[in-house]
Amino acid sequence: MTLLSLRGIRKSFGAVDVLHGVDLSVAAGEVVGLVGDNGAGKSTLMKTITGIYRADTGSIEFDGKDILALDPGQRRRLGIEMIYQDLSLAKQQDVASNIFLGREPTKKLLGLVPGFVDKSEMDRQAAKMIERLGAHLPSINRSVGSFSGGQQQTVAIARALTFNPKLVIMDEPTAALAVREVQSVLDLIRRLRSEGIAVILISHRLNDVLSVTDRIVVLRHGRADADLVTANTNMNEVVSRIVGGGDTAAAAAHEQRG
Amino acid sequence: MASETTQPGFWARVQRASVERLHIRLESLVVLLALSTAMALLSPYFLSLSNFLNILLATSTIGVLAIAATFVIGSGGLDLSLGSVMGLAGVAGAFVAVNLGWPSVFAVIACILAGGIAGYINGQLVTRAFVPAFIVTLGMLGLARGLALVISKGRAIYGLPPEIVYIGQGRPFGVPMPVIIFVLTAIVAHAVLAYTRFGRHTLALGDSEGAARAAGIRVEHHRRIIYTLSGALAGLAGLLFTARVNAGDPTAGINYELTAITAAIIGGTNLFGGRASILGTMIGALIMGVLQNGLTLLAVQSYYQQMAIGAVLILAVFIDQYQVRKESRV
Repeated sequence: MTLLSLRGIRKSFGAVDVLHGVDLSVAAGEVVGLVGDNGAGKSTLMKTITGIYRADTGSIEFDGKDILALDPGQRRRLGIEMIYQDLSLAKQQDVASNIFLGREPTKKLLGLVPGFVDKSEMDRQAAKMIERLGAHLPSINRSVGSFSGGQQQTVAIARALTFNPKLVIMDEPTAALAVREVQSVLDLIRRLRSEGIAVILISHRLNDVLSVTDRIVVLRHGRADADLVTANTNMNEVVSRIVGGGDTAAAAAHEQRG
Repeated sequence: MASETTQPGFWARVQRASVERLHIRLESLVVLLALSTAMALLSPYFLSLSNFLNILLATSTIGVLAIAATFVIGSGGLDLSLGSVMGLAGVAGAFVAVNLGWPSVFAVIACILAGGIAGYINGQLVTRAFVPAFIVTLGMLGLARGLALVISKGRAIYGLPPEIVYIGQGRPFGVPMPVIIFVLTAIVAHAVLAYTRFGRHTLALGDSEGAARAAGIRVEHHRRIIYTLSGALAGLAGLLFTARVNAGDPTAGINYELTAITAAIIGGTNLFGGRASILGTMIGALIMGVLQNGLTLLAVQSYYQQMAIGAVLILAVFIDQYQVRKESRV
């Protein structure tokens, strides 16, 4: 079943055309790798899916609904979550505040005045989510800026998973992590797939992409240039599609050494 | 992972608890107590109920402006037009009541509305015209002051109706009306900033605009509300001042933004946004009030008071930044 379907997405910033009509579809519970050289338009494409950018032309359907006109908050409520490369955390706020930012549960003060944030409920659910991810944080009430990079990533992941998403987009989730932490992110992606959650993985680490995805889409010059089934492709083919043909054996061998 | 196993000291834990639970920076409370003790020792007039109410009365106008400054700075913005907008609002209210002769309720509305409109224009320019808040509100500082002088023809407007004067000079149960209005405003503002989604989004916005946007918060819309709110609060401050001095003075509020911003920063508001609390700002405003009151009781010339406020602002930001750098090194 197709969960997300993009057709003919175009986006330009002033005189610079970034996306020239991208087609992309993702099925429920499918893990799709999105690769391409720097400047190929990966991040722009993802931001048109989350609604940070509005596509100039084209259509985006999610779960059978046209979502082109919806803002980021509305798309999030439909089940599209993104983990940004810079994590997009509010560093001076604590764990629960970040996880629930924009979606805080409320209660009535003294049973009378509505609209008050239910902080104890937030803390309780945040602690549960962190525990489910098998992570350890020094304290849930500390500002996330005081945490290590891996701990901050845990908070960003917890935020993406707390509201039962249908699609999680990850932008270079392993770029800044230690080797052991990379494995736990890849395991997490596999677990999401087994729970029927679709994942779009943007990564420069082709070994990671080849080991965890079902399909690999290559973005080149603002177009989806190739759509490869991971089981039927290899490093050589992916690299040659990214750089656009020619003698790519040396580049592929370099990636293989990783 | 040594930093995880070492227990923070007792003082550090008390500090953290006071910030997390009460939204107060403990240092500011210590400074307030120390300053009050010093003043009490230096002046026999300091420790009395009537002087305490005097301090609160003098603090009420600045305090309302400091609440506005806290919201704006907490959201990562800046409003330098607070004092001028306060002056404009007071003149607008006096003009409606005296020159137009309308009922007092319209004068009250005129104060708040004039401030709100000025703030709304600030917000529109900051979010749509991409002019930095520093420049927009600096320009509004000039615009609002000039307009106040134009409306009043450069002279204070006298002869306010008794209902308006009561707002400034009335004393139900012995407590001055401006103090009552100020304290009620502070309580509501504290609840909004600390415990509502609006307040949390305000701080998240000041912390990281990108994170707020990614979380689905309508960033520009939220900023426009904050600046409008700031202007409306400056309008309320203008009403309190005009009612207290019984005149729509076009020069009211000159340099008040300096004191208001200082109060917010001393209270623990991060100059660059993301951390702020009204309770902290109230302590900051009281520090400014005690400082001014004490210096007056000690017969220090008001010129020196102005210098003291400027020095305190720079010192407060220095201490805050010093602590931020110390924490980020851990």
